[in-house]
Order: sequence, then C-alpha cells, then structure tokens
Amino acid sequence: MRRWTRERRRRAWIKTGYSVYFVLFLIFIYGPMIAMFVLSFQGRRGGTSFPMRGVSLYWWEKLIEPSTVGDLQGALLRSLVLALIVMAFTALFSTMLSMAFRKRFPGSGVLFYTVMAGLMVPGILLSLGLATLLKEVGIPPAWWSSALGVHVVWTLPFGFLVMMAVFNRFDSRLEEAARDMGADEWTVFKEVTLPLILPGVVAAGLFGFTLSYDEFARTTLLAGEFNTLPLDINASMTQRIRPTLFALGTASTIFSLLMIALFVIIYTILYRRAR
Amino acid sequence: MVDQVVNGHHGGLIGSQPTPPTTAGEAKQFRREAGFPTGWLIAPAAIWLIVFLVIPLISIVVFSFWTSSGYGMEPDLTLHHYGEYFHNQGFFIPGDDNFLRPSVFIRSLGSTFYFALVVMVLCLVIGYPIAYFLAMQVKSFKWQLALFLLCMVPFWTSYLIRAVAWIPMLGRRGLFNKMLMGLDIIDKPIGILLYSEFGYTMALVQLYVVLCVGPIFFSLAKIDQAILEAARDMGASIFQIFREIIGPLSLPGVAIGMIFIFVMIMGEFATAVVVYGGKTSTTGTVILNYYAIANYPFAAVNALMLMLSMMIGVVVILKIVDIRKEL
Repeated sequence: MRRWTRERRRRAWIKTGYSVYFVLFLIFIYGPMIAMFVLSFQGRRGGTSFPMRGVSLYWWEKLIEPSTVGDLQGALLRSLVLALIVMAFTALFSTMLSMAFRKRFPGSGVLFYTVMAGLMVPGILLSLGLATLLKEVGIPPAWWSSALGVHVVWTLPFGFLVMMAVFNRFDSRLEEAARDMGADEWTVFKEVTLPLILPGVVAAGLFGFTLSYDEFARTTLLAGEFNTLPLDINASMTQRIRPTLFALGTASTIFSLLMIALFVIIYTILYRRAR
Repeated sequence: MVDQVVNGHHGGLIGSQPTPPTTAGEAKQFRREAGFPTGWLIAPAAIWLIVFLVIPLISIVVFSFWTSSGYGMEPDLTLHHYGEYFHNQGFFIPGDDNFLRPSVFIRSLGSTFYFALVVMVLCLVIGYPIAYFLAMQVKSFKWQLALFLLCMVPFWTSYLIRAVAWIPMLGRRGLFNKMLMGLDIIDKPIGILLYSEFGYTMALVQLYVVLCVGPIFFSLAKIDQAILEAARDMGASIFQIFREIIGPLSLPGVAIGMIFIFVMIMGEFATAVVVYGGKTSTTGTVILNYYAIANYPFAAVNALMLMLSMMIGVVVILKIVDIRKEL
C-alpha cells in the first residue's frame, strides 16, 4: 500500500516536471513573437528593444502610410491571391493523386518520389533553376506564373501525404455499394467519396495556403517585378530595422493565426458531418 | 465492350449469375470500371511537376557546364566552374604550404553542414521530451490534440517574421541580457548574442524544433500501451523500457524529423541574413550572390554541390534508420 502511494507520488512528480518543461518550451517557441508583438506598440521615440518608451500606435500608423514601406497593400493582396490559388491547386492535385495511388500503376514509384522531391529540394535551388531557365528562354518571371509553379511543387507533398493518410482509413465498400446500385463514377465521387474525404481536402488546402503565404526562398528570384509580402518584409529588413517591421510582423502573424483558426473550424464542422 | 458484358452476364438460363472475368481483356475492363482512369488523375500533377521541378533541376545541371559571359551564359561543355569551386583559394595547389586547405566554397558548405548538425542534435534533445510528454503523459485525446496543435502553429506562420522576432531578444539591450543581468550572471550587457553563432543557432533551433516534434510524436503515439504495461509488470526499469522499446520504436519518427530539419537548414539563407547579419556565408547566400552578379553557371555549381551533400546526408540517415515501416 505504501509502495503504491510512493509510486504514484513519483509519477506525479514526473508529470509535473514534464509539464513545467512543456511550458518552458512554449515560452521558447512563442516568446520572441510575443516580445515582437509588445514592441510593435513601442512609443514614438522608442527603439527596437526594451524598455518601452511609452505606448503608442505610432508604428502601426506608419505601417498604413503608403510612403514608408512601399506597396504594402499590394504585396499583401498578391500574397493572398497567390496563397488562394496555391491552396486550390494543392487540394485538387493531392486529391487526384491520392485517388490514383489507391491502385497500383506502372510508374507509381517514380511519381511518388517525384512528388516527395518537392519537399526535399531546397527552395533556393528551384528558384535558381527556373529563374535562369526563364532568363535564357526570355520569359519574364511573375508571381502568378513562375512563383505559383514552384509554390505548388512545395505544398503538394504535404497535401498528398494528408490525402494518402485519409484514403488509408477509407472504406471502399461504400463506393462499391454505390456502384453496385448503378451510380456512375461522377455520382459515386460526388455523393459518396467527396463528402467523406472533404475534411482531408480542407487540411491539404490549409497546408497549401499557409505554406505559400509565408514562402520566401521559392519566391525570391521568381516573383518578377511585383513583390509578395515575405519579399517586402525581407526588403524592409535591409534598411534600418524599426518597430514598423514589428508591427508588420505582428499583423502578418495575426492574419496567419486567423486563417489557421478558420481552417480548423471548417475542418471540425466537415469532420463532424462526415461522421 | 457491350458484347463482353452481355456475354458474361447472361450466359446461363437460370437467372443472371455474374461469371468471373475469364479473359485478360475482361479483367482489365473490370478493373478500369472502378474509379476514375488513373491516367487522367495523375496527368495534371505529373505535367506540373515536370515543368516546375524536373526541368528546373535538369537545367541547373546543364547550366553548370556552360560558360559565363559576364552578363549571361553561353552554351558550352566546360568543367571550368567546377574547377573554380574546388580550387578557389586553396585545395590541391601544388607548392602551396597547406595545399589541402579547402576552397571558400567548400568551407561555406562545411559550415552550413556543421550548423545543420548542431541544430539537429539540439532539436532532438529539446524536442524529444516534448513529443514524449504529449504522447505518453497526456492521457486525454482532446488535450493531446490541443497541445500538439499549439506546438505546430508556429510552423504555419512566417519563418522570416519569427527570425525577425529574435532581434529584440538577443540585442545588446535585449531581453536575454536583461535576464542574465537580473540573475546576476553578468554585470555588463554582452554583445555576442545577436549577429553571432550563438544567436544564429538559437534562432534556428526555435524555428525548426517543431519539425521534429511532429514526426516523433506520431511514432510515439503509435506504440501500443499494452507492451509498456507488460514490460513494467515484468519489472523493467524506466531506462530499460526506454532503451528496449520506446527508443527503437520511435527511431523512424526521429529519422523523419532529422531529415526535415537537415534539408531545411541546408537550403537556409534568410535567417542567416536576419539574425547573423549576413556575416556568415551559407551556401544559400553564396548562390544568391553569384546569381546577383549574373554568374549563373557558378551559382548552378554551388546549387548542385548543395544538392549532392544533401542527398548524401539523407541517404546516411536512411541507412541508419529504416523508415519504410513508417510510410
């Protein structure tokens, strides 16, 4: 009896230790962001580090003024549109690919590793390869063409893996039942398959959106004459760093968090409905 | 096709007993009917990958043999840039005192490699207990999911901004110096935090640690609790359980996490500029610099060497751990 309580106490200690460590870990991964968030409200004469010299919205106002950071609104809009297109392609391609991979087909191994290569090849390599190629051929790069292309190459493996996991747990008998009752392929897909895999499709889309929205390396040489938001952030870093940058970072992070929350909500609703 | 179906399904007089496909053609027909045609499903993505992944990679290889004309390239088949890569400032210069001194480019590749290794080890040491805590200590599934998502959220936010966020932490008047002074460890602010190896490593670990928490968590969560219970009942100590069961079973997750981090850091260049002040030259920054001065073939050679060393690294990790079980 006494040994049992001692064992229990020991386990409680271990659990407390791990919990404390986990909190420290969270501070480690979120701490810098929170400091940046606080410093974006730095007073007018304050600098890029603590102490705060008063609290103001001065740097946030500077952010909205068009003169200070270039074409910020335009960059944000382009990043957003690009992320949405990448999201659509990622969801579509990963769904189609994972459906094909339910059966064995010649060349499936090669295709699998090619998709995965998108994850492995460093962004700078693809940027360089495509940018020099376009230069040789004489096609100007643009965010909606060349950057879009390599973004999808980067996000596709994530969506693909998600959809492969979805189809791993998928009960094909439901489709067969629908087929036996005379439904054609499109009807089977629309009425049976899609509603069941939709949460996965949304998750694949989330990867497409967020990874593209934040992507920098793959866009550097391929965006053409107009910047996306990460490029703008990078450009403003080459100048003197001011709290405006923190305001911009905070705004962008909050936007990312809102998008993630939105996706999680949609996912939860669809997941409940699919069950 | 109609003939076959009719023949197959109405062969007998008694009812319409479906007969199993007999000829190869019929079997193929049967298989093709289930699901959309594979060709149409894979064609769009395959074409996309060829245009935006395969062709750029091939063109890097091709361009690395071309000559640089100062403002562009000319088709050629020369090893000039490879020579320069290995030769520049050292390496096999006969007569030189230390003729085995690696070239600047190999050294920058080496330092990139070194940072990748250090960060991988740190991420593993810091991240493993987190994954272990989530998978083994948190019992309720809801809490597990919530805490796991909390760990993964930073992955979905901009790493450029997360790198920027280190500036107020590490600066001369940054939070770290404040903290150290508050704890009486130092009495004067130290300047080695930002724009230093220490700050750079720290930022990289923070940026990439979540990449190894995820896979390790998944492989730990798959371990059957009954095995652990059995081991405990038979009197195994915590260390024995870890060495004999948990450790080996989580290895695939560790390998995947390490591959992720390794690949990301080898291609890294933005953090180096932000947190390290561009003082170091990672291979990524070298490539960009040569692109900027329009020496594309040399940028291509650097990129290929980066790719090669990455592939070697990944193969080594895969040789140590067989992750095929995981996929």
